[in-house]
Amino acid sequence: MEAQQELSGWRKWLEGIGDYVVFFTRFFRNIFAGGFEWSEFVRQCYEIGYRSMMLVGITSFIMGLVLILQLRPSLITLGAESMLPKTLSVALVREIGPVITAIICAGKIASSIGAELGSMKVTEQIDAMEVSGANPVQYLVVTRILATSFMIPLLAIIGDAIGLFGGFLALNFTDSISFSLYFNKCIASLDFTDLLPAVAKTVLFGFAVGFVGCYKGYHSDKGTESVGVAANSAVVTASLWIFIIDAIAVQITSLLFYK
Amino acid sequence: MKKADEHTEPKKKEPEQKQEVVIHAKGIKKSFGKKKVLKNITFDLKKGENIVVLGKSGQGKSVTIQCVVGMLQPDGGELEVFGENITAMNDDELKQLRMKIGFLFQGGALYDSMTVRDNLEFPLTRVLKLKDQKEINKKVEGVLDAVGLLDAIDKMPSDLSGGMRKRVGLARTLIVNPEIMLYDEPTTGLDPITSREISELINRLQRKYEISSVIITHDMECARITADRILVMDDGEYIAEGSYKELEKSDNEMVRSFFNEPS
Ligand SMILES: Nc1ncnc2c1ncn2[C@@H]1O[C@H](COP(=O)(O)OP(=O)(O)OP(=O)(O)O)[C@@H](O)[C@H]1O
Ligand SMILES: [Mg+2]
Repeated sequence: MEAQQELSGWRKWLEGIGDYVVFFTRFFRNIFAGGFEWSEFVRQCYEIGYRSMMLVGITSFIMGLVLILQLRPSLITLGAESMLPKTLSVALVREIGPVITAIICAGKIASSIGAELGSMKVTEQIDAMEVSGANPVQYLVVTRILATSFMIPLLAIIGDAIGLFGGFLALNFTDSISFSLYFNKCIASLDFTDLLPAVAKTVLFGFAVGFVGCYKGYHSDKGTESVGVAANSAVVTASLWIFIIDAIAVQITSLLFYK
Repeated sequence: MKKADEHTEPKKKEPEQKQEVVIHAKGIKKSFGKKKVLKNITFDLKKGENIVVLGKSGQGKSVTIQCVVGMLQPDGGELEVFGENITAMNDDELKQLRMKIGFLFQGGALYDSMTVRDNLEFPLTRVLKLKDQKEINKKVEGVLDAVGLLDAIDKMPSDLSGGMRKRVGLARTLIVNPEIMLYDEPTTGLDPITSREISELINRLQRKYEISSVIITHDMECARITADRILVMDDGEYIAEGSYKELEKSDNEMVRSFFNEPS
């Protein structure tokens, strides 16, 4: 009996993976199926930007500020105070900016996509679209996933800039460094191998947020409580994905660039 | 009440003649896990005919019509729509078929992020791929007028009452001129007056466009107004079939329980 239960657990897990693969194939085929929903895509981009810009901005600002305050004492003991801008910009651009932005978007966007599609499922709107001969994957899923894959990198870049500005203010609590000198130092310490992997990573984070949100919403059950379940599990799963992707991406970039 | 009943006599049986069959179902079976929902569903829907399906809640009435549009795959049996086997269709063929079938959902299923106008334009631009905005507007206004909701055109679905939502849902399926209509409880939850209006609308559509319909309902008033033929469903199959007048006299207990309801 127990063995059977364990087996069915495994089977469920495998079936879950199968569902993800099927959903991904449907998404992928529909990108190129013709009749791309431009206006819905733009609307989604706007919604994502509008909904998370504020939060990403504030969080990144505080992160930049706090990091400088935390790093300062250690770098002073090392006599490397002048390295502060460089340290901050590398930490922020390579790692903290992308991850913080993606996690915020997992909480804000994946959940709202999950809830929105989940409630469309419960109220049979998705079925109605399908039965009318329209293509709900193209209209609802493709637009949202592409919008998150496009907007989250953008948000991360803006977040990085705001974070660096936060760091500038923190530095000026104690030292006085001119704005242009600070930013020159920051930018000089960044190169292509910092920026490109970071942007590539955020595209994947954005994809994860959109994909998981859509998947959870699209596959939610038809009970009323399932909308909440879809939103909640979208956040949890998307966050997990983000960290897994991050771990893999860091391995790959260090192999390729930092040897 | 008496008075109103007079002009909504049960429909007279249409003269028997050989008619084209648009839906042919034979021995349909469908289970979910261990639960057998449909056991042996057999019926023919003829062109221009209204059939009403009665049955207790949870008997699989909705599942039956979901099989007809390919939302669910039956586990066994024959199911042909317009003479073609629906279970063997690919996505494109299914899409072509669905354009000819209207499906009214229990709750109306309006897209709640869009206005009524956008809801109605959706099938025109996404399914029929119409481009001419003048033509689109004309169709939208025409069909809203037909369901009597022209002044709700710029409202959001959340601002509409249950009956209005159902009528907009009906308008949205009618706008592409379907040949078959599947109504899932078109009058449930509506007041008697609106219910009757919808029932009569169903009849008008049937006459005007020669639409063939399957109407699922618990509402005997609706059944009496719209049915050319009634099927009574129990335990996964149809246990009785006939016109309203015929079934009214049935001595089957299950059938009687519908007709004796003091509704
Ligand atoms: N997609 C599905 N997955 C699993 N079970 C389902 C599914 N759709 C329907 N069922 C089950 O099939 C049975 C019949 O459902 P159906 O919705 O057809 O009932 P119904 O006759 O339309 O009832 P009502 O009058 O309440 O609408 C129910 O027990 C339901 O739980
Ligand atoms: Mg039902």
